[in-house]
Amino acid sequence: MNAAARAVAGATTPEWQLKLYVAGHTAKSMAALDNLKHLCETHLAGRYSIEVVDLLVNPQLAAGDQILAVPTLVRKVPEPMRKIIGDLSNEERVLVGLDVRPYVRPSR
Amino acid sequence: MKTPDTLDRQLPKAPTGIAGLDEITEGGLPRGRPTLVCGAAGCGKTLLAAEFLVNGVLQHGEPGVFMSFEESSDDLVANMRSLGHDLDVLQAEGKLVIDQVKIERSEIEETGEYDLEGMFIRLDHAIRRIGAKRVVLDTIEALFSGLPNQALLRAELRRLFHWLKDRGMTAIITGERGENTLTRYGLEEYVADCVLLLDHRIVDQVSTRRLRVVKYRGSAHGTNEYPFLIGTNGLSVLPITSLRLDHQASGERVSTGVRGLDGMLGGQGVFRGSSVLISGTAGTGKSSVGASFVDAVCARGEKAVLFAYEESESQLIRNMKSIGIDLGRWKAAGLLEIHASRPTLHGLEQHLVAMYDIVRASKADAVVIDPISNLVMSQPDSSLQATLIRLIDFLKQQGVTSLFTTLTHGPVTEVFDTSGIGVSSLMDSWIVLANLEFNGERTRTMQVVKSRGMPHSNQVREFVLGDHGVELVDVFVSDQRVLTGSTRKLREALEART
Repeated sequence: MNAAARAVAGATTPEWQLKLYVAGHTAKSMAALDNLKHLCETHLAGRYSIEVVDLLVNPQLAAGDQILAVPTLVRKVPEPMRKIIGDLSNEERVLVGLDVRPYVRPSR
Repeated sequence: MKTPDTLDRQLPKAPTGIAGLDEITEGGLPRGRPTLVCGAAGCGKTLLAAEFLVNGVLQHGEPGVFMSFEESSDDLVANMRSLGHDLDVLQAEGKLVIDQVKIERSEIEETGEYDLEGMFIRLDHAIRRIGAKRVVLDTIEALFSGLPNQALLRAELRRLFHWLKDRGMTAIITGERGENTLTRYGLEEYVADCVLLLDHRIVDQVSTRRLRVVKYRGSAHGTNEYPFLIGTNGLSVLPITSLRLDHQASGERVSTGVRGLDGMLGGQGVFRGSSVLISGTAGTGKSSVGASFVDAVCARGEKAVLFAYEESESQLIRNMKSIGIDLGRWKAAGLLEIHASRPTLHGLEQHLVAMYDIVRASKADAVVIDPISNLVMSQPDSSLQATLIRLIDFLKQQGVTSLFTTLTHGPVTEVFDTSGIGVSSLMDSWIVLANLEFNGERTRTMQVVKSRGMPHSNQVREFVLGDHGVELVDVFVSDQRVLTGSTRKLREALEART
């Protein structure tokens, strides 16, 4: 996982642009990335992009998005900007924080 | 500060460059350790911290990082510019970094575990970028309202202060004063080395700011509350007790401007750099003696500053012209500065700082304050009297000959008990003016109560305010007493006839 690592799924300008700020390969940051990936695949499949920023590699990027806590997930698009701090283990709260309507599998 | 003892050598200090504060702390804040500055809103915490950084850059070549949790960096730059410091230039030169930390509770959702490594990384990045030696965190307590997890925040703050110490950063952490604690969130628990408390209180509708060193581990420090001010040149603390009596005494004598008075002082006047007190009740001619002194200073080609607290500049010049003293020409020649203001314009401390600035800037040889009693009038506070002492000492250290007039109340016989403001013991020469009422007329008299280091007359002399300034008249003794007023004139006439 390096700073330029980009996991783009779907269209070139996805509807959801997410940035995950981490500091090195800590347990918390790995957990956050796993949780995020799982959540996006479940609810935002094909409509999202995730950019992972490692502040240990690019410390100058911390000030721009006002990052204090790590891990921090920043929703740049759609606006307004939202921030979720923590390892994203509580899926329900992440969805509330991102303002994502949970995807419900159609039942027939 | 001047004679570091072994203790000071063990504990290195970082000078703040703030006038007075380095004297109280005997050299500055503990180097490589965090210092807590706490106080209520608007008492000057941010300013103190910012000056500490700017002075570090400008005076000691130590770059600094200012991490602001409250004020925007634009505001900070604007505020410091009003004090004559351009932070933008320092930032461009790579000697200062201002990092504004904004934290909006409404924007933040919390889920799962996290830490504040982001803040450490930001701080570390800023420190490395410019090789910072000084750090300010203003006011880190803002985090408490931004982050819900207080237990985590406390743990992280503890880690942060250790982290700063490990990196050898001389840091100032500011904190808002709490109800019963020094800071609202108890930061004093984490910062144990040095704590400064700022206070802003209003007594008799006059606001005074005070600073106290609550603790300073491993170092001696002044324990009093010291008044401090925020002037045009920033913050200055006025310590009194830490000042040493070590000014050089000059053997040179200068005229007082009143020829007869010089005669009473051993024929040569007062010592250069000494202080002279002229006391007297209303209408005894204090201002006229003061003006004569100024006249003599300027006539020697030296510079004088006159602080007038009763009359405006033009009124003073007009009035002194009536007794043949032309102050206007000295002003035109650039030898005299007159600063007239109402004592109520500022608090006493602010006046004193204004005086410091003026005396330093003008490089005056002599200073007249007319009258000094007016300054104290509105402030019965004893600690402020001490700041007056500081002014007198300051003038002496600068080698400035100073003359103070003071208004005394009550009958002549009690004049000796008081100088009006209790500073007579600091004065080198004390001259008392009095009006004697005798035989249906009033006579102005002058006497030298004390004058250190020189013989002086013990006579009570009559003086007149004529066309040539203040003039002492010859002494006529008859029937074992000094004749004054018309009895003297009568006697003079009688003697002339015989």
